[in-house]
Amino acid sequence: MSEMTQSHLTESHLTESHLTESHLTEREMAESEMTERGSTRTEAEPLLEIVMRVNGVMHTAAAPARRLLSDFLRHDLRLTGTHVGCEHGVCGACTVLVDGTPMRSCLMFAVTAQDHEITTVEGLATLDGTGAPTMSPVQQAFIECHGLQCGFCTPGFLTTITAYLRENPEPTETEAREAISGNLCRCTGYQNIVKSVLRAAEITTERGAPS
Amino acid sequence: MFGAPVQRREDPRLVTGSGRYLDDLGQGALAAAFVRSPYAHARILDIDVTAAIEVPGVIAIYTHEDLDGKTGARLPLLIPHPSMTNPMTSYCLTREVVKHVGEAVVMVVATDRYVAEDACERIKVDYEQLPVVVGLEASRAAELLVHAEAPGNVSAHMVQEVGDAAAAIAAAPHRLSLSLQIERSASMPMEGKGVYARWDSDEQSIRMYTSTQTSTGVRAAVAAKLGMPLIKVECIAPDVGGGFGVKIVHPWPEEVLIPWAARRLDAEVKWVEDRREHFISSAHERAQVQDVEVGFDDTGRVLGLSVKFWHDNGAYTPYGIIVPIITSTQLLGPYKPGAYRCEFFSMYTNTVMVTPYRGAGRPQGVYAMERTMDSIADYLGLDRTDVRSANFIQVADMPYDHGLLFQDGRPLIYDSGDFPASLAMLKALVGWDDFAAYRAQAELEGRKVGLGIGCYVEGTGVGPYEGGHIQIETTGRVNVSTGLTSQGQGHQTVFAQIVADELGVSMDDVFVTTGDTRRFAYAVGTFASRAAVMSGNAIALAARNVREKALRIAGDALEVDPRDLEIVDGIVRVKGDPESSMALATVAVLSNPLRYAFDESAKAATQFVGIGSADPSKPPVAEGEEPGLEGKDYYSPPRATFANGMHAAIVETDPETAEITILRYCVVHDCGRMINPMIVEGQVHGGVAQGVGGALYERMVYDDAGQLLNASFMDFLMPYASEVPHIETDHLETPSPLNPLGIKGAGEAGCIPVSAVIASAIEDAEGFPITSMPISPDELWDLRRQHAKGLLSGLRRGTRSTGTTTQSSAQTNPSNQTNPSNQTNPID
Repeated sequence: MSEMTQSHLTESHLTESHLTESHLTEREMAESEMTERGSTRTEAEPLLEIVMRVNGVMHTAAAPARRLLSDFLRHDLRLTGTHVGCEHGVCGACTVLVDGTPMRSCLMFAVTAQDHEITTVEGLATLDGTGAPTMSPVQQAFIECHGLQCGFCTPGFLTTITAYLRENPEPTETEAREAISGNLCRCTGYQNIVKSVLRAAEITTERGAPS
Repeated sequence: MFGAPVQRREDPRLVTGSGRYLDDLGQGALAAAFVRSPYAHARILDIDVTAAIEVPGVIAIYTHEDLDGKTGARLPLLIPHPSMTNPMTSYCLTREVVKHVGEAVVMVVATDRYVAEDACERIKVDYEQLPVVVGLEASRAAELLVHAEAPGNVSAHMVQEVGDAAAAIAAAPHRLSLSLQIERSASMPMEGKGVYARWDSDEQSIRMYTSTQTSTGVRAAVAAKLGMPLIKVECIAPDVGGGFGVKIVHPWPEEVLIPWAARRLDAEVKWVEDRREHFISSAHERAQVQDVEVGFDDTGRVLGLSVKFWHDNGAYTPYGIIVPIITSTQLLGPYKPGAYRCEFFSMYTNTVMVTPYRGAGRPQGVYAMERTMDSIADYLGLDRTDVRSANFIQVADMPYDHGLLFQDGRPLIYDSGDFPASLAMLKALVGWDDFAAYRAQAELEGRKVGLGIGCYVEGTGVGPYEGGHIQIETTGRVNVSTGLTSQGQGHQTVFAQIVADELGVSMDDVFVTTGDTRRFAYAVGTFASRAAVMSGNAIALAARNVREKALRIAGDALEVDPRDLEIVDGIVRVKGDPESSMALATVAVLSNPLRYAFDESAKAATQFVGIGSADPSKPPVAEGEEPGLEGKDYYSPPRATFANGMHAAIVETDPETAEITILRYCVVHDCGRMINPMIVEGQVHGGVAQGVGGALYERMVYDDAGQLLNASFMDFLMPYASEVPHIETDHLETPSPLNPLGIKGAGEAGCIPVSAVIASAIEDAEGFPITSMPISPDELWDLRRQHAKGLLSGLRRGTRSTGTTTQSSAQTNPSNQTNPSNQTNPID
């Protein structure tokens, strides 16, 4: 491609223009360049301090205004249980509860989630007196009913169903199927997820009933 | 535990958000993003990265010119075949000419993905657009070429023939020809691809994680591309969010580029595919145009079958011609075809390449065969199941040799199966014989219903081999590893079930690792419904070796004949005398003679403990033994084992809107002995759901310029729960005689016959032939209109009037697909 005269590498460009020390790695060179440029340029994105209550714990992290809630949870707070399947709000894998309501975290900016109570899949299990986790009824039902295979879409189903059952504690099979019809799963064919919804309702009742 | 519906070991982790998928790793790694071609065929004139360099946070920008050594060469042709006259693979980054929308042209590495994408937007690539070939019709016309090196746009041409099909058809009492078509879909796992690599400059080694179906394959390919010793490359498949075939292809350009950049930058680098990238730069499957000619007798028995098809392989062929080979061989299903000839052309188009997607060519083959069976039944006025029965291979015929070469280069020999029994089960399950009454009742209510059927045979568990390693620690913990990978099949559970049984330990003590080359370096991968068959048997054989060793050591210590020992719940004990026993954990201690005691249990194996009892003339490690309570073995089958199944569906089509609803979906499935029926059912459900997607909703819509118009989940209609019917299942278990556990694969089964079944049911409801799938309500509505106008002839339903339907043989040319009335033609 001799005609591609403009196809210089950034790294080599940086090497030529700024640093000649051969012992520096390309990355060190590049970072050095960035630091220098950062002090003279104004293009670097301003960071906002974002305060958010997630799974009952207050978190503070700096992120740009365009940071998606999904990325903020996953990469800034390191709560990687929330998964990203499409980044356009269709698959539902990234569903979290915002003040108890299921929302697609890939369609929200992190800044807009400030001052809201976020629940992710990591917040569904409860800790008993000894600190050991107890699966929520929905989590337990998914295990019992083989409601997951690869598990990638699962967090979105778990949060969605958790919210659904709070308002509809005794769904019929048809209602259970309808309740999960906004989330995509490529592995299970949904049948065992429908079963899991019904079983979760049962477990909730069992646990609530006096023994 | 074998055969029990054991809950999965994976699940507690995965339902609590504790899974570790690719993008969960490498927090803080540099991020890569790609500039991809917006054109389907274009020459790159210039790449201007000036504006991108200015973006704060950009670390490096690479084009093809920067790729040194073998990274600049074409990617490997993974599965060469003599029929591939013109194989073609891509570069990691495009060199000069892009061949489809989505090809990677420039790679940007930056401090995070947002910044990397900012930089990509600022890179200007000047293209000279070139003429585009989209669709099989244009490809076959060959007025334009995708690759100058491939005349006629043909990548491969293959013929297999048993007997003289043309003569058999010509001599048959009845003959039919069909022109069929099936569209593209794609694996579309919920997690796209992704690669994360760390370069260790001290050790000069790479550790890479990739969302793959073969970590050993990626490792070898990356070592070769990067010019590194194999031992310096480690490759791990972490939790993988679904594969369905697309992740068996390797190395993807990114699997080479990310470790390459990590080494070059001495940094951690990660790339995570977004959904649009997955649509336009990974792989699709399914599109074929098929011509079938069949000759048969009065009972519907096929005397001669000739199939010619054209397979759209997209722009490149790194995975060889596995998909069309499977179509051409598995088309035969459970039937004896008489004389059989199959010819196919694998064709280039300027579209995303075609590599195996769950079913891997079988859905197309089964579609061709089952449409043919239905046509024969319609022509003769026979029950569709009677025609199938007339053609079934019988139990007494097993093993049945088709006289063809299968996708593994081995003879196509069915090992077992009881097709008449399966059909009887299916008819009972769906209520086949009661359907006429059901239909009559529905008609009274103004409803249109139809019953469809589809049968298939699936070669599973292809070689060359897999291995298993088992090591028992001095705590009694049993570590199991196998090299192939997992994408949700529950391997940690089913392999633990096998080991628990073989060793006599609790499943709770068994820990299974897959897809990690640090733990097991020899493997092929997870595809072709092979994991349970291959690794399951290898692990069972390894467990038997370890058990034998444990009994040998314990026998020595307990001074009894090992043949008198058994292992129950992790305790080795004398049969009939449970008092005389020792824990496997203790046997593990004794298996490894020690100089140094690191804990209480280790004391027992140190050198002064055995004084007085041990024979000082013998070496501490006996001749022929190795220290440690561990063992390894491999399973390498002579050929594939063949699972089978039969599906039936009842559909309702709305008389006004032509909306298609699946009222019932029934599956009879035979995968030999089931390790975990709960997991097998799950595999069947998932497969059927994908099949339903392929039959009614999913297709890749390319325009004439080669733009994929529906490259998002908003526009590519993957079924939600509202589209997938409740699936009723029944199982027959005919064990495979080929392997120690008697198992056959189950991974792909569910999706294989679905398009055939749904076409069969819609045809039955509507009364005219369905020859193109998938089918949408508007297409069905249009067919109804054509049928009403007399442009599309209806089913004959056996009302044969000889002499009136003779057609010219010219209609075997599928280019007249556009005239649906010619799609099913009696030629007698």
